Amino acid sequence: MSSVAYKQADYKSDVKPIWCPGCGDYHVLMSFGRAFAQLGLPPEEVVVVSGIGCSSRIPAYTNCYGFHGVHGRSLALAAGLKVTRPDLTVVVASGDGDGYSIGGNHFLHACRRNVDMTYVVMDNHIYGMTKGQPSPTTEPEFDTALSPGGTKVRPFHPLVVALASGANFIARCFSGDPNQTADVLAQAIKHPGFSFVEILSPCVTFRPDEKAWKDQVHPAPVTETSDQGKAARRLMTDDGFNLGILYRGNRTPYQPAAGATNVDLSELEKDFEL
Amino acid sequence: MGSNQGIVAMAASPSISIAIIGSGGAGALTTVDSLFETAAAAGWQGLFTRTMGPQIRGGEAAGLLRLAVDPVESLPDRFDLMIGIDWLNAARFGAEIKAGHQTLVISDPRGGDLPPMVTQSGARVVEVPMKEMAKAIPDGRPNMIALGIAGRLLGFTVEQTFAPIEKRLADKGPAAIEASLAGIRVGFGAAAGIDFDLQLPAPAPSTARRWLLSGNEATALGAIRGGIRFAAAYPITPATEILEWLAPNLTKVGGTLLQAEDELAAINMIIGASYGGTPALTATSGPGLSLMIEALGLATSAEIPIVVIDVMRGGPSTGIPTKSEQGDLNVAIYGMHGDAPHLVLAPQSVGDCVFTTQWATYLAETLQAPAIVLSDQFMGQSRAAIERPADVAFIGARAVATEISGTYKRHAIAANGVSPMAIPGTRGGQYTADGLTHSERGTPTSGAADHLAQLDKRRDKLDHFNFGDHWASIEGTGDLAVITWGSLTGAAREAVTLAAADGIKARMIAPRLLAPVQPERLAAALDGTKRILVVEQTHGAQFNKFLRAHYDLPALVRVLSRPGPLPITAGEIHRAIADWR
Repeated sequence: MSSVAYKQADYKSDVKPIWCPGCGDYHVLMSFGRAFAQLGLPPEEVVVVSGIGCSSRIPAYTNCYGFHGVHGRSLALAAGLKVTRPDLTVVVASGDGDGYSIGGNHFLHACRRNVDMTYVVMDNHIYGMTKGQPSPTTEPEFDTALSPGGTKVRPFHPLVVALASGANFIARCFSGDPNQTADVLAQAIKHPGFSFVEILSPCVTFRPDEKAWKDQVHPAPVTETSDQGKAARRLMTDDGFNLGILYRGNRTPYQPAAGATNVDLSELEKDFEL
Repeated sequence: MGSNQGIVAMAASPSISIAIIGSGGAGALTTVDSLFETAAAAGWQGLFTRTMGPQIRGGEAAGLLRLAVDPVESLPDRFDLMIGIDWLNAARFGAEIKAGHQTLVISDPRGGDLPPMVTQSGARVVEVPMKEMAKAIPDGRPNMIALGIAGRLLGFTVEQTFAPIEKRLADKGPAAIEASLAGIRVGFGAAAGIDFDLQLPAPAPSTARRWLLSGNEATALGAIRGGIRFAAAYPITPATEILEWLAPNLTKVGGTLLQAEDELAAINMIIGASYGGTPALTATSGPGLSLMIEALGLATSAEIPIVVIDVMRGGPSTGIPTKSEQGDLNVAIYGMHGDAPHLVLAPQSVGDCVFTTQWATYLAETLQAPAIVLSDQFMGQSRAAIERPADVAFIGARAVATEISGTYKRHAIAANGVSPMAIPGTRGGQYTADGLTHSERGTPTSGAADHLAQLDKRRDKLDHFNFGDHWASIEGTGDLAVITWGSLTGAAREAVTLAAADGIKARMIAPRLLAPVQPERLAAALDGTKRILVVEQTHGAQFNKFLRAHYDLPALVRVLSRPGPLPITAGEIHRAIADWR
């Protein structure tokens, strides 16, 4: 931790977001700054990695290092970065399309691999950037141009998947409560291993019904657990609006040991010598 | 060389080729591998290729070995010595392993019917009951009899022939060692009466350090020499050995290997590692390269140096995983959407895999661009005995921004197109790497001026770089030029030598750097040529079309192009030269 005191504003860049007025992601950006300031992280030692989508635009809006990569692959890119640069704080930002659909396989393996980083998914149950198509968390009856009358497909349960796949920290936040979100994010970043934070972040443009989320969310009626069985039951019976830290595991993070760097490369040739 | 009283007349031959064939468990591959080690230890150079059926374990197999005093970079048209431990299913190798009337075939009378490739060749067949001989030895194995026969016919002593087997069996106990030695001795006895009048000249005494390694191992070593310290791995035939060699060896030099969940993850992992300042590589084959293309475009746009090794196999789709082809040229050059200038290189031999991969790493790092290295199954999985490749000074040197004051422009328009890269942790260098069209600062934009400026930057940094003479192998003179690339370079070189013996003067040109193209350098290499023979291993003549799109060629162009799985040999190229009068 640095001795310099940082403020939320120190983590904000001068790039103007493309988000719609009222988008939940503005509050997430604010929460990022508050969490980083709370932890006293020098902005140059934080990397925010993302894929494609509204939420994935967030890196450039921070004053941290950032990587706005291709659709769905942010977790893989972040894993390569973190194992080679364990000194950095790596936060991955994604959305429900980027993270759960095209990036679904990487989600499973990132949970399994348990590299020490924090995965933030801004879930608005819709593809916003492409203007309103159903995502893996969209309700089956929700009517869209691409799915007239609804998809009739069961939504994906990211928190359960994360638990089953080995995530070491699982929480849900609501973007409309940036203080609590910042607090949870700070704990997620501090917690060793792969931390998964789902942030319900309304899309006011394509899901105006989500404006009601502020009245539906509530603190989880239970305290956090490190018991996977309890957590599984809790998450499976969850109403989707429980907020807070729902699981905190104690797996050892994956970090390959760094070998010596001053080795004479001719040592490697011995395998080949006649 | 050891004494060999059985040989009456010895004719010096530029190379000797041996094929040993057997069904699953017969040990044909071990036999040839061991024979190769004996020959390499005696000072010869050579190339060893395995060929087998599609089974994961067992199934028929053949070991193909070509030995010479000089470097060996291609397979022969005809084998001089062929040993069938048994002939069950050997017919499947008919198109690949050719005998001629001068071939000596050693056959076990109880090993099944001779395959057509032998019966139709007019080859001299000598029967040796290897199975029966092995039965007389406790724990004896017919392949050790075969090894003894081959060892003696090539002029080695029993001790020379036995040495690699003894090393191999060190932990199997004295009984296994004794049984093998006894088998080799019986083989020596059996070979005593067999005339085999080919003999290699003795290698000149040399103090050069010599290596025995595969192209995939050479590629991995070249990567580490060039500065690679991170690899992401997703297994795929025939590239996996690169990753398996890197796994323990990267760790020894302070690097890391991460197994990815798929090729999409593998390439994004290396982009992440390289963004963090660590030179990074992944290795794959055609299907994997196809999956990596989107992220190669990202690395191009965000100017992140990475190295992708593609060990090409038969395609399209799953194709022929265990056989060679050069059909990934198009996807490597043109695969990305948009205008995405990047580096494409191709090693030319097992030994050259060390240099070319090291150079590719250096170029990627220097030019902040992705480099695709097109190796292939033939080169990657063959083992070669060669002189140790020289150390070269190409070690990744990335322009890095360290002292930053004022506004940092990650993609600043620089005279040579290369702008210093801030590595995370550097104060004041914060920027967001982006696949979106961006300004000099890296901020996303859809403006025409920024789009053009950055497209120009990424093109110019490659086009204005002086790649030097390593860009191609250019050998010989004559108004006929044989132009080829990759692992066919050795066969083309040999063909030009064969043609010279007929009095046909030809030159050989093989670009090691395929992209960016080098029109002025090729024009200079072609100066005075009237005819071009393009040699490549694709069905659609991809290399010919590539040359015609980017280079001015003389009017007379012929193309020798056919797909895998059978390698194009020097003899085939020689005939194409000789027939073009």
